[in-house]
Amino acid sequence: MATDIAIVKSDTAQNSRQLSTFFVADLFFGVDVLRVQEVLRFQQMTHVPQAPDVIEGLINLRGQIVTAIDLRRRLRLPPRTGDQTPTNMVIRTDDGAVSLLVDEIGDVLDVDAATYERPPENLDPAAREIIHGVYKLKDRLLLVLETERTVDPAAGDA
Amino acid sequence: MQDQDVIREFLVESHENLSRLDEELVELEKRPKDAQLLASIFRTIHTVKGTCGFLAFSTLERITHQAESLLSQLRDGKRRLTPSLISLILDTVDATRKVLASIEASGEEGPERFEGITERLRIAAQMPPDTDSEPGSGLAPASLADHDDETAPCEIREGTKSEETGLKSSAVADANIRVGVGLLDKLMDLVGELVLTRNQILQFNTEREDAALNATSQRLNLITTELQEGVMKTRMQPIGMVWNKLPRVVRDMAVAMGKQIRLEMDGADTELDRTIIEAIKDPLVHLVRNSCDHGIEPSEVRIRAGKSPYGRLTLRAYHEGGQVNIEIGDDGAGIDVAQVKQKAIEKGLLRPEQAEKLSDREAVNLIFLPGFSTAQAVTNVSGRGVGMDVVKSNIEKIGGIVDVCNRPGEGSTVKLKIPLTLAIIPGLVITSGGERFVIPQVSLLELIRLEGDSSEKHIEQVHGTPVYRRRGSLLPIAYLNQVLGLKSAEQAEAVSIVVLQAEDRQFGLVVDGINDTQEIVVKPLGKQLKGLTEYAGATIMGDGRVALILDVLGIGQRSGVLAESREQTRVAAKKKAHGGIEQQRLLLFRAGSFERLAVPLSLVARLEEFPRSSIEFAGGCQVVQYRNRILPLVPLRNVLESGAPDRDETADPVQVIVFNDGDRSVGVVVDQILDVVEETVMVRQKSTRKGLLGSAVVGKRVTDLLDLNEVIHAANESWFQGAGGSGNGKSILVAEGSAFSRGLVRSGLDMAGYRVEEAANLDEAIRELEQQPADVVVAAMDLPPSGSAALLAAMRARPEWERIPLLGLVDSAGQRQLSDVRTAGFEDCQAKFDGNAILESVARLASAQASRETAPMCAGEEK
Repeated sequence: MATDIAIVKSDTAQNSRQLSTFFVADLFFGVDVLRVQEVLRFQQMTHVPQAPDVIEGLINLRGQIVTAIDLRRRLRLPPRTGDQTPTNMVIRTDDGAVSLLVDEIGDVLDVDAATYERPPENLDPAAREIIHGVYKLKDRLLLVLETERTVDPAAGDA
Repeated sequence: MQDQDVIREFLVESHENLSRLDEELVELEKRPKDAQLLASIFRTIHTVKGTCGFLAFSTLERITHQAESLLSQLRDGKRRLTPSLISLILDTVDATRKVLASIEASGEEGPERFEGITERLRIAAQMPPDTDSEPGSGLAPASLADHDDETAPCEIREGTKSEETGLKSSAVADANIRVGVGLLDKLMDLVGELVLTRNQILQFNTEREDAALNATSQRLNLITTELQEGVMKTRMQPIGMVWNKLPRVVRDMAVAMGKQIRLEMDGADTELDRTIIEAIKDPLVHLVRNSCDHGIEPSEVRIRAGKSPYGRLTLRAYHEGGQVNIEIGDDGAGIDVAQVKQKAIEKGLLRPEQAEKLSDREAVNLIFLPGFSTAQAVTNVSGRGVGMDVVKSNIEKIGGIVDVCNRPGEGSTVKLKIPLTLAIIPGLVITSGGERFVIPQVSLLELIRLEGDSSEKHIEQVHGTPVYRRRGSLLPIAYLNQVLGLKSAEQAEAVSIVVLQAEDRQFGLVVDGINDTQEIVVKPLGKQLKGLTEYAGATIMGDGRVALILDVLGIGQRSGVLAESREQTRVAAKKKAHGGIEQQRLLLFRAGSFERLAVPLSLVARLEEFPRSSIEFAGGCQVVQYRNRILPLVPLRNVLESGAPDRDETADPVQVIVFNDGDRSVGVVVDQILDVVEETVMVRQKSTRKGLLGSAVVGKRVTDLLDLNEVIHAANESWFQGAGGSGNGKSILVAEGSAFSRGLVRSGLDMAGYRVEEAANLDEAIRELEQQPADVVVAAMDLPPSGSAALLAAMRARPEWERIPLLGLVDSAGQRQLSDVRTAGFEDCQAKFDGNAILESVARLASAQASRETAPMCAGEEK
């Protein structure tokens, strides 16, 4: 059920890091692989009435109650269509595990620090707030998610 | 039997304490200056001493008492730590171990008196506190060394004797393993998951005809159940576990101090989580000892005070409001506040001038400061200043609160409130809007089911508010699906009301369905959801799904069935305590269909009632004779809802809010004055409706803020004509980001006869000035985007605006802030909500500006 992907290659070169990647709409994201606790297929959730919009619900992760945040709503993207079920990407934060709902999981990629750049100034504020920077891969752009900001309840529901 | 248990516990605990001491002492040798480490060592010894005291192990008590005396000198910095002292303390630990071994083997302390070690400790403690003298020089250390030589072999001899028993000694300790609660938690979570998986397997089993699978799943079933029970058991214990040793403590204390004390215990079967039991064990003993020692007076004093010679000590434990409450109360003398202050000053914990300012309540809390003890003499019972700060820190470590309720002359009660983040509570599972929720059983009073057609009739309406007649009295009703914004259930044939108790109020909560009661494990919500007052936590239900636990108080307040006044005062008090947050006093009232309207109290001159018969008409307006003048009346309802029928024509007397401007007054007629609240205005949403400034959340309810200026204008155009005021049509620019504050300042200025322009940010302000330079600019210090300093700079940079005086508005009129602002280049500075001061300031600046403009040297400069 749980795919444990927190396997790190012993590549500890300073200018390279490993990102666990995923897709939200047509955006390609990455978070530090060490931040990822596990990846689960879509779980039944308990809706939390009156909670901020970005909170999809609560899941039971082996007895631990984990809040699930819909990244589409966090980024103010249109909702998923029809039968598309999101995937839970459970990440470790300073305040325990939080699940991010993403469209699809990608590979673990090695990225080169030389290809890193800050996000463009004209990025939508909702995205700019939680996107740390961009790695320019050969065929596409990989956005680095700022996880602490993403799960911050105070941010994003303005 | 019980004594055996107590001794067994004492042995286990002491062994643990001693092993920790070994480590800590070695650590201390490396970091002799570490005060925290010293304090911890001191406490450990203190605990051992305390426990052996009431178990009547006098040898052990003597040893530890001497060690404690020495350590307390070290802790207070009266003596420097030397290696020989450390060895001495380590020897003490070893001696203690030997006694413990003997106790474990024979139940007695054994014949060895350990005179050597106590003597050495006593001498060490009596040595003149070291000044400059290095250890090893001088007489006293020499004598210490002598003792070393003399006593050490004798100790070893003793040691070899008990070597064999020593092997057995750890048998009791070895039968128990300490397991981290984190691990237990994890085990419990995993067992929960296992149970769910087992349920699924059993489900499979019924679908298939497979004998092997059948047998296996049966066994799985049994084992899982047993495992679950076992793991659950590891965590929960009744508080009686800790309490059962207290009667002995109390008895011994009473005998030792010549007092008569009765101990009453209530709620001994209240189950507490293991962690909590562990954490409250020592604090409880401390508190009980404190009550016996400091609280309850000797019999003759009690008789003189007209009390029963028997002092009463009460212990109570119960679950309440999602917390475990433990109360330790006595009917003694209570805490002498003056004495506490005096003591704190003597101990250097407080300066005399600080002490004067303390309220009684704050003073009582001084007893929680480290190093504080009110006992006049150091006894071996208590009074070394180790008690209350340990209690507080231990309770706070587990997220609890310690509160002292002091009734001078009648006694004092210490209340421990411990959160049940880990505790298991019974809860009622209900459904609403298709979701499941749990209501903690403690808040539950009764369940009411209204069946059939009559159900709607049973819930009646009082002015739009649903109520239910319960045994003759009205019970306010809230609908859970409305409170939580869930879709309402389709018309059911029955209505289920859960009657709940929140603090001292009751209300009925209508839910869609009532399932059953369950023991639930409360788990905290993530920080993303902490702000929601509706929930106390979440739990995992039998089917593995998460259900939210309702916070009854939060739901009650949210739905409005619990009057907010209490909450408000509490919130206000809390805010005040935090200090520095600008509070606004608002007058709340009702008019027409507007249930909650507010106006700043600072604008209100008086509240009056006039008999309807005294209202006269003058020039088509309602007026009343008031203090030998004619007071024009503005019926607020007609302004806000033009065309609405005058419903309350019969209301008598008429409620009027009188506003003053200079020597003119106007009365605004409202339906009812509700309240005066002090509150930080939360939401500032601008209104487009005539007569209203906008909406804000006041006391957790949406409240419309009245635009006084517009109301008065609308109703009585002529009132202002020729009002003169101090304004004389001078133009003022109000630059302020918050629409609400802006409106507030504006209405004050409008009423004084100024022409007012508004700007919400820096750009707007500059644009306004470009269109028409103002006579005075009033700008909030927090003007978006980057503060009004930018505006100041912009104005001073342009010659035509250079001379326009700028009045800064700050959130709170702290003196420091005011002077900062005045030196920053602003002509003046006032607090945002101090309407009168703003007016005065503007008037002064405007006239100064006028005189400068008319002066010849400035005449040609602009306009």
